[in-house]
This record gives sequence, structure tokens and C-alpha cells, in this order.
Amino acid sequence: MHLDHSHDGPRAVSADARRPDGSRRALRIGLGGPVGSGKTATVAALCRALREELSLAVVTNDIYTREDADFLLREAVLPPERIAAVETGACPHTAIRDDISANLEAVEDLEDEVGPLDLILVESGGDNLTATFSKGLVDAQIFVIDVAGGDDIPRKGGPGVTTADLLVVNKTDLAPYVGSDLARMAADAKAQRAELPVVLQSLRSESGVREVAAWVRARLAAWTA
Amino acid sequence: MSRAALLVLADGRFPAGGHAHSGGAEAAVKAGRITGAASLETFCRGRLHTAGLVAASLAAAAVLGADPAELDAAADARTPSPALRVAARKLGRQLTRAARATWPSDELDALARRFPKGAHQPVVLGLVARAAALEPVDAAHCAAYESVSGPASATVRLLSLDPFDATGVLARLAPDVDRVADQAVEAARRAIDEGVDALPAGSAPLLEIGAEAHAAWAVRLFAS
Repeated sequence: MHLDHSHDGPRAVSADARRPDGSRRALRIGLGGPVGSGKTATVAALCRALREELSLAVVTNDIYTREDADFLLREAVLPPERIAAVETGACPHTAIRDDISANLEAVEDLEDEVGPLDLILVESGGDNLTATFSKGLVDAQIFVIDVAGGDDIPRKGGPGVTTADLLVVNKTDLAPYVGSDLARMAADAKAQRAELPVVLQSLRSESGVREVAAWVRARLAAWTA
Repeated sequence: MSRAALLVLADGRFPAGGHAHSGGAEAAVKAGRITGAASLETFCRGRLHTAGLVAASLAAAAVLGADPAELDAAADARTPSPALRVAARKLGRQLTRAARATWPSDELDALARRFPKGAHQPVVLGLVARAAALEPVDAAHCAAYESVSGPASATVRLLSLDPFDATGVLARLAPDVDRVADQAVEAARRAIDEGVDALPAGSAPLLEIGAEAHAAWAVRLFAS
């Protein structure tokens, strides 16, 4: 009935930078990567590093529980009203890429209820090397792998490793114990990603999440510029 | 009508959140009521003729121009389980979002303003069908088919059921889906004349009870 109707109303989708009231929405950064690579630990560390300077919130996409959301609540990295859990029907990659409606609702509800927000971290449930976020959901994505998952992962590539805006190789402190060659991982990642940045980190080290937090700050500066 | 528009709307990949819901199949699998293709078919037939018929009638009535707020209240009255009401509104909100981007319409904008947290999904489905220039029977078919396709695809994941068997179930149910869609349109036309109380009120108590139990589980794959 309105097939040829030129539509002037507010956009219904939410990749646009402005909220219905005209204010700028929060920057949204997605974190994906295989199970156990340290996505939730990185989110928790980022919250601790940034919560004093930024208004931030987190959306988790657990596979079959509220485990990740509960971890963040237990660790008290943010007040509970700033953490939302999305249920994904056994397919976390669907909820961040093919059908993002539930995640969009979660980020919008967070902005409505605890906003204004500067930053929303959207964490995917641990999935596979092909999981990437839709551009309709996030503005930038971080892919987190770890040295214990095999030092051939950067060489094998895949959409997450190759195209993520930031690749994090986590748990570098474990490299000597699992026989992973950090230099090789860094060189393979460089070969796969050309100019896209790579951070090797150990959250147990003194510098912890510092480099990733700096990358997030730079993204936010570009977003609000 | 555009037959292709119907295919777009009925496509299981239409990004409106359905993939995260099992239509009661997860609770039924856990309770041992769905164990394979045969019991999946029985489950789906029951759901089709109860919740499916109600959803199809609401959707058809919305296409015919019944007041969405009245239909939404009628859907509430036909959904005893609070967990199922929450699920239906969530899905309705997600469908509203997807449809406003795909078939922009003043009616969908008005619906989003009236129900910022979502109206019942079948009511939204009917308004989406209107926006896509589809007929009442098209919306009824979508609702009736969704009432069985959701549990079938969820069961493939839950039981590692052979996907060919699950699809065979849907094919065998197709004549029933057609009949339910026709009944729904008839009921919707009656409701336009007599009010929403004329809509069917079929109910499957185990779906309602199962949904309440499921909502309280700590570990589950599907949202409902």
C-alpha cells in the first residue's frame, strides 16, 4: 500500500549516528572470537580501564546461559543496569550478523535507560573463526584469539582474523607453556591483515589491556570528532 | 499482491529475531514430548491448530484493518502465559524494526510509536503484510507456517534431527496450514463485523505451562 511512498519519517534502522531525539548515539564496538580466547576477560578489563572517563555499557550474547553477563556482574565491572544479555537460539553469529534485531534493541534500551552513553561493547558468544559483526550493529570490531588455541590461527585467516578492525592475540604469557611462536603469529597476522592493527596482550601482565584501551579511545575520538 | 513480497516476508531468514525462539520445542524436547520426527509432527499439528490458528486470525484481522490496539489486547487475552506474552512482544518489536526498514509505511511508524516495546507479533505481521500490499490470506499463511516452521528448525538443532526429516514434517503439514489460513481469514472477516471477540481462542495448555517452566531455566539454547 505504500510501496512507492517516499518515506520521510525517522529511520527505523539504527546504523545512523543520531538517535531519534537528535543526539549522537554511543559508539558500538563488537568483540568476537573463539570460545575461551578471553573476550569476556578483555571486556571486563576494558570496563575497568575506561569506566572512570567514559559512560559505558555492555551487551553479551551468550550461547546457552547468562554466564558471560553473570561473570561481568560478579566482577562488578559495571553497575548491573549497564549490562544486558541477549539470547541467541544456539547461533551467536546469527545474532551479530544475519539477524541483528535483538542486539539493536538491547543497545537502544541501554541508551534509553542508562544513557547518555559514550561507548557500548557488544560481546559475541564464543563461536568460530568466521564470525563477524554486521555494520548495522557495530561501528568497529575486535577479534580476540589466544596463543593456546594454536599458533597457526593467524596463518589460516578467515573473516574474523583478516577483516576485524583490531586483532587481539591474547594470553601471550602462556606461549612458552603451549609451544606457541609469538613472532610467527605476529608475522602471519601482519601478512593476512596488511595495515590493520594487531595487539599481542596478556591481561596478567602489568600493561594488561592498555593497548586495546588506547585503540578504543582513538576510535571514540574519531567517532565524536 | 506481489507473490515475491510474500516470499520475502515468509522467508525464515527474514531478520526479525525468530531464529532465537523454538516455539515451545525446547521445553517439549526436555520433557520428552518431542523425541523425533513423528512426535515433532504431532507437536506441530497441535500448535498449528491452537496457537497457530489464533496467530493467523490476528494477522488476517490486522490486514483487514482492525484496530491494532484492540487486536493486541485480544492477543493478550488469548495468551495466559506471561513468558509467552513477553516473547510475542519482543518478536513483534523486532519485526516492526525489520519491516519499517524493508516496507516503510505510516502505519508501521504509528505502530512503533503506540507500542515502543512491541505489540504481539501476529498483529505486527498483519500490518507488515498491509505495508507490503499483501492480502489477509497471505498474512494468515505466514503466521500459520511460522507456528510450525519455528519448532521444526529448532528441533533440528536441539535433537540433531535429520533436517530432511524435519522438512518432510513441514511438507506433510502443508495442507493443514492451508486450511488453518482459510479458517483464520473467515474468522478475521467475522471479527471485522462482530468485534475481536469473534476471533478464535484456541489454546494448548502444555505450551503455556512449558513456556513458564522454560523461562525459569538457567541453561537454555532458545529464548522461548
